Amino acid sequence: MSTEVKDQIKQYILETYLFTSDTSALGDDESFLDRGIIDSTGVLELIFFLEEQFGVKIADEELLPENLDSVSRLTAFVERKRAAA
Amino acid sequence: MCGLAGILHLEGDGIVTRRELEPMVAALAPRGPDGTGYYTEPGIGLGHARLSIIDLAGGDQPIHNEDQTVWTVFNGEIFNYVELRAELETRGHCFYTQTDTEVIVHAYEEYGDDFPSHLNGQFAIALWDAPRRRLLLVRDRPGILPLYFTHDPGRLLFASEVKALLPAMRRRPALDPAALNQLMTFWAPVSPASLFQGVEEVSPGEMVVVENGRLRRQRYWEWTFPGDGEYLRGSAEELAEELHELLLDATRLRLRADVPVGAYLSGGLDSSGIAGLVKHSGHPHLRTFSIRFEDPGVDETEHQERMIRHLGTDHTSILCRNADIADIFPRVIARTEAPVLRTAPAPMSILSGLVRQQGYKVVLTGEGADEVLGGYDLFKEAKIRQFWARQPDSKWRPALLKKLYPYLDLNQRSGSAYLKQFFGQGLDDPEAMGFSHLPRWSTTGKTRDFFSPEFRATITDDPEATLAARLPAGFSRWHSFNRAQFLEARTLMAGYLLNSQGDRMLMANSVEGRFPFLDHRIIEFANRLHPTMKMRGLNEKYLLKKALTRHLPRETVARYKQPYRAPDIAAFFGAGGPPDYVRECLSPESLQATGYFDAQRVQHLLKKIEHGRVIGFKDNMAFLGVLSTQLWHRTFVEERPAQVTS
Repeated sequence: MSTEVKDQIKQYILETYLFTSDTSALGDDESFLDRGIIDSTGVLELIFFLEEQFGVKIADEELLPENLDSVSRLTAFVERKRAAA
Repeated sequence: MCGLAGILHLEGDGIVTRRELEPMVAALAPRGPDGTGYYTEPGIGLGHARLSIIDLAGGDQPIHNEDQTVWTVFNGEIFNYVELRAELETRGHCFYTQTDTEVIVHAYEEYGDDFPSHLNGQFAIALWDAPRRRLLLVRDRPGILPLYFTHDPGRLLFASEVKALLPAMRRRPALDPAALNQLMTFWAPVSPASLFQGVEEVSPGEMVVVENGRLRRQRYWEWTFPGDGEYLRGSAEELAEELHELLLDATRLRLRADVPVGAYLSGGLDSSGIAGLVKHSGHPHLRTFSIRFEDPGVDETEHQERMIRHLGTDHTSILCRNADIADIFPRVIARTEAPVLRTAPAPMSILSGLVRQQGYKVVLTGEGADEVLGGYDLFKEAKIRQFWARQPDSKWRPALLKKLYPYLDLNQRSGSAYLKQFFGQGLDDPEAMGFSHLPRWSTTGKTRDFFSPEFRATITDDPEATLAARLPAGFSRWHSFNRAQFLEARTLMAGYLLNSQGDRMLMANSVEGRFPFLDHRIIEFANRLHPTMKMRGLNEKYLLKKALTRHLPRETVARYKQPYRAPDIAAFFGAGGPPDYVRECLSPESLQATGYFDAQRVQHLLKKIEHGRVIGFKDNMAFLGVLSTQLWHRTFVEERPAQVTS
């Protein structure tokens, strides 16, 4: 798993949804849904960020918790998308 | 700040008398209440109304060089005059005052036509080079200060405001239909047009050279943006530090004055950040000023108070009642010299009145941060529409607009249709020139539906084509975010925010505004940042927040950006009904007499307002656009003094 991608995603989640830079505030495998971190508009904002930052293109049918619900899942998802591009 | 005026004979050495200049300068009295000055020689006359801020005793204008062959009248401030003077003195120039004005004539001698590039400031300059018989009219880079000119048979008239040209014009100018059409699209005419037929402005960042009876425009500065791979490198933390240092220096320079300097404090990030930087720079005693509204929907008192507690400033605020806006609105239009589509300038006039009444002549403001560092919702909206355009059939993507417009009901068929029709404009061509601004321009353009058929027939101009023709060569190659920034800076910021809502409302009460975010070094630095440093995802002013966070309470940084708004239609339709001038200006007789608008349509709009039906953006803009155009006509065509009801 790329540390650079993970760090960028984590920093974004922390700054945008938790309003902090403290990396201990969110575990890499913690569920955004369980923690109530991201609502439905927030998910789209997240997709928006991933496309802008990593140049990937995400389809409607990929908007699934398996892909998006934690820092680790997001990182793996972005890497899969990049590898497939 | 000050006001300047002058007359140049385009051929020969006709005489300009002081008597001709005096009414021009008198029209600028609010810009310069502290004194007047004149210089005439065969062929030219220069006049000046002074607001004394630097070298109070010795700064009267016009000012000349050592052998009195180069003369200038100038409105504004050269903030780096101390450094520039030292540099010019080492090159042998001799000064006779302590003013910033005097560096202009010596910088011209030293650097020739490149001299504006050496100035860090806000300025409108008229400079006369007697041996070469040439006149230069120069305006600052972002367009903080106004400067206009017009041809009168055989002569060129120039002045800080159009009202100062009128006494010298042999024929009174009519309204320019194309300019009004542009204003009712972009909020301001496309530079260099003005509302007055035949009167043009010197565009921001431009120098007009008049020589041998001919006039040419040359640009000395432009908003430019890098191509891919040419952006500044560095981490967000490193770049934020660099931005912080630049902001600190820009603020320090703008505290230079021989009178006390205060600051506006709106409660938002930008003005709070400037106040924080002033405190950080060791300024001993900061006076701050703000406006409160009786309408809780637009009032920001709570946020202002948080910042006052945090900074410990000596603060004074003034309450703006809805009726106050209606009372002063005719006087506001006499100052703006252009119709407006919202009332927001009026409270700014009330605020500058408070500043002056408290004995202050100079205030720092946070204006410019949103354009330079990526703060506007319009930029977010454009990004979301582009996100949508990448997959136009996506059911989910347009829902991100709810982040900006929470009232959108996407579950209703009507909500979804509205979304597609309004925000979906231009999705098929997201790289088009005006993609970012299409929804705004089309909403504003609805105001044009109120034009009378006869007036509409006189308009041959397509506003978007006119704007497109004046874009810089590299525009289409810039990143879409940068294109949106450019359009915003050139249309709304220079034409409306800095002018109608800025300079004109400050000068109404002889107060100078200073704008640290518009220091050209900050603009040039910000333009070289990658767009994601300005807006990360949908987090606006990302780098600015990082740079200022040390000076601000957490809540101020985290707070969702609240645009400055003032009550619009509600200000005119209180319990007692609208003021008499509203009824007079909007009567069928008045509308038919001026001929700009369809009287029947306007009557329907008035009925809708008076029956208290739901009023939206378009109605507000239409009402204010029609009313202010009618007031403009009364003031500048019919020459009736602006009525003031209190």
